[in-house]
Amino acid sequence: MDWFPLWNSLRIAAISGVLVFFAGILCAYYIARLPRVVKGILDVILTLPLVLPPTVCGWFLLMIFGLRHPVGQLLQQMGIQFVMTWYGGVLAASVVAFPLMYRTARGAFESFDETLAWSGKILGLSNTFIFWRIRMPACRQGILAGAVLAFARALGEYGATSMLIGYTPGRTATVSTTVYQLWRTNDDAGALVWVLVNLAVSAAVLLAVNLLERRNKQGRRAV
Amino acid sequence: MSLEVGIKKRLGKFLLDVEYHAGPGVTGLLGASGSGKTVTLMCIAGILKPDEGRIVLNGRVLFDSGQRIDLPPQQRRVGYLFQNYALFPNMTVENNIACGLCREKDVTVRKQAVADIISRMRLSGLEHHRPHQLSGGQQQRAALARILVGQPELLLLDEPLSALDSHLKDQLVVELRHLLKSYGRDALLVTHSRDEAYRLCNTLAVMEEGRLLGMGGTREFFADPGTRTGAALTGCKNIVAAQKAGETSVFVPDWGVTLDAGRPVGDDIAAIGIRAHHFGGDISENSFPVRIAEEIEEPFEWTVKFMYKAQRGDSAPVWWRIPKAQRPQRLPERLGVLPENVLLLYG
Repeated sequence: MDWFPLWNSLRIAAISGVLVFFAGILCAYYIARLPRVVKGILDVILTLPLVLPPTVCGWFLLMIFGLRHPVGQLLQQMGIQFVMTWYGGVLAASVVAFPLMYRTARGAFESFDETLAWSGKILGLSNTFIFWRIRMPACRQGILAGAVLAFARALGEYGATSMLIGYTPGRTATVSTTVYQLWRTNDDAGALVWVLVNLAVSAAVLLAVNLLERRNKQGRRAV
Repeated sequence: MSLEVGIKKRLGKFLLDVEYHAGPGVTGLLGASGSGKTVTLMCIAGILKPDEGRIVLNGRVLFDSGQRIDLPPQQRRVGYLFQNYALFPNMTVENNIACGLCREKDVTVRKQAVADIISRMRLSGLEHHRPHQLSGGQQQRAALARILVGQPELLLLDEPLSALDSHLKDQLVVELRHLLKSYGRDALLVTHSRDEAYRLCNTLAVMEEGRLLGMGGTREFFADPGTRTGAALTGCKNIVAAQKAGETSVFVPDWGVTLDAGRPVGDDIAAIGIRAHHFGGDISENSFPVRIAEEIEEPFEWTVKFMYKAQRGDSAPVWWRIPKAQRPQRLPERLGVLPENVLLLYG
């Protein structure tokens, strides 16, 4: 059996998970301190992929990165092509998963007690120290939750991915597009195998989350 | 210490416009909530940026809108005790305190200083506890240790005792007083409690609606608050409009009595104040017939509300407080007050 779709799905989810993790935190942190009007507008734009059907996201991505469109052509001249490549999958998954990270991180940042940051500054601590050693640990729960949600969403991405990178066995096939492809060609047994793989991966992710949460709780009780 | 503050800051409808010069010791900023005490403190610490003005600490300019100087909080070398203490929840007591010494690069010096202050602040044995495992008093000591270890030039204390139970409060006032003395740090203390102000501060500045009403020694201020707001902040229960009646006397229209103040009364007198415990049945001065309206029993004293015989019916009754042991069997029919206990309030 060819395990490529699993490997492809995992690397797409892992890379877009990391990208979305940092991008989401950064956006959440900086947007939270913008004036209300600007914040509102950016908020709508950045959260849109969460409410739009993934196929619509895929269509937008094609309109931007498609080879017949300026940005896509420019990137192609630089040797980067998102259409029909596995890193196009990273792009699609990132766009779709980003709002989950951004939203949860922003919620966590907004509930952060700002006096902690101020008292740190007055004590002489650098802004970097305050961010990584005070703000982030205090918001850890929300940020972890966001990261897991984003990773899981990226792992299961289908709509935007199939629009942007299609299905090419051994090149762009992911678990979800493979299931669809096998079912479409009446290969129910093959589809079932990949459904089971999908179930196993999802269960593993959820199990990891639960273990992480339990360790967190125990860790706090032990101190 | 010398702290010069002259700042303006608009926050929505609220306008802060204060100018004062604080000398050594503990200066109290006394005012009702919303009078701009905390905003002033935040401007000094660099949390809020004044719209215009100047803040100079010991000759060091912290903020000057004219010269475009606005030092970041990290460089102001002040200590700020927040109402909730703002201890970092993810760090142990020891690490929290070490944060106050982040300017010190030598690790051994830092360790020694942290260990010293932990024992001086009676936090030994709690080094590895997290803030949420400490009692209110311990949290305050830890927060103070974290501030004092960095040897700031000025302490800013924002209602340091308001988060505590009342029995703990009395204990901690004594502790805080001792600490401020033994460390010899100058401080600016924000409070709305006259007891805290009286016990902790040697100078008081009274604020109302973003402005400074007046400033002076604590004892002098309590003896002669000078304004209605000042009198109310010192806990004066009876404040009533008054007019000049003679060289040393005032007429109180609501009460229908003329009181002798024993000292010259200014033409612009606006009101008088009489503290509830200053009345007495055996005082012959300013003695007038009264009618008792209500008696309220309190733990150690009686609060008696009375009306002067000539008092206007729609005006508020007058408060008289008398310790339980001194309460006569029958309440007197006349009450007097010594001339020096009639507070003359202007504005």
